[in-house]
Amino acid sequence: MIRKTVLVLASAGLLAVGTPLWADDSMPPAPYAWRQLEDPAKEAKARDLMATLRCLVCQSQSILDSDAQIAGDMRSQVRERIAAGEDPEAIRQWLIQRYGDYVSYEPTLSASTWPLFAAPAALMLLAVVLLRRRFTGGSAGQGENA
Amino acid sequence: MMAGDEKPRAPRWTLWLPLALFGLFVVLVVVGLVRPKDTTIESHMIGKPLPVFALRAAADGRPGVATTDLATGKPQLLNIFASWCIPCRAEAPVLGELAAKGVVINGIAIRDRREDLATFLKDLGNPYQRIGADDVSSVQLAIGSAGVPETFVIDGKGVIRYQHIGDIRPDQIPLILQKLKEAEQ
Repeated sequence: MIRKTVLVLASAGLLAVGTPLWADDSMPPAPYAWRQLEDPAKEAKARDLMATLRCLVCQSQSILDSDAQIAGDMRSQVRERIAAGEDPEAIRQWLIQRYGDYVSYEPTLSASTWPLFAAPAALMLLAVVLLRRRFTGGSAGQGENA
Repeated sequence: MMAGDEKPRAPRWTLWLPLALFGLFVVLVVVGLVRPKDTTIESHMIGKPLPVFALRAAADGRPGVATTDLATGKPQLLNIFASWCIPCRAEAPVLGELAAKGVVINGIAIRDRREDLATFLKDLGNPYQRIGADDVSSVQLAIGSAGVPETFVIDGKGVIRYQHIGDIRPDQIPLILQKLKEAEQ
């Protein structure tokens, strides 16, 4: 029993000090991965964009929220381009050209997404029609009403 | 209301309409739940020319990689890898086999330290004719690669023709050779 406890403790200790098997690289981060732009207006622009770009490896986080190396590299690239005067939407388009709509969190109207926008409007319209029939039904809709 | 005789009722089947719609919704949810999650992000650059880049050499004895090196009239492989990436270790012998078959392989080392890369190449062999150092993943982002390892087939004109996501397994060698052949046309 004691031996078993010792073994468990020892292996726990090993786990704690052992180097991680899946190590990321040890390179210094890209210049603007963790550093804000000097111009607060440009930094605000960059942050707004970064909050709506998906991290490619930790796919449920934005690159603004992620600690992943590639997210840092993406942040640095976004900040450098904004510092150089590029339009945030142009940077978004540049990434969409490479990774598809998936990389952007900004909802867009496209062939596959239009039902999402159309459905609420259609349902509202249906509700209005049904309610009208119900409330005016006594006189006008007598013939066709259910 | 007394309704009844003069007021024609809606056909009986409409009674089942809400249930049917609900059933449809349930089917949609279940299909979404059961379908295995696919987290691969494919590059949308396939069929487009390589972006312009020029990377410095990442290792001694091998030059760096530039766009112009990849448009030489003959299809080549562009392998995105790193010494810190475990699947890349598994892939190294397979790349060696491809190189032995005469395939030209260009490497792009992502965020790699020179000494780590040298050890990696010493331990696992060097199938690369050129290795460029991409310290801030800029070329990786420019070609729409989302991770390591990934391998791109580039045709003789420098156009990206195929993307292989993940390590190339031994049984996928024929697939890569076939994609290289297709890129000749």
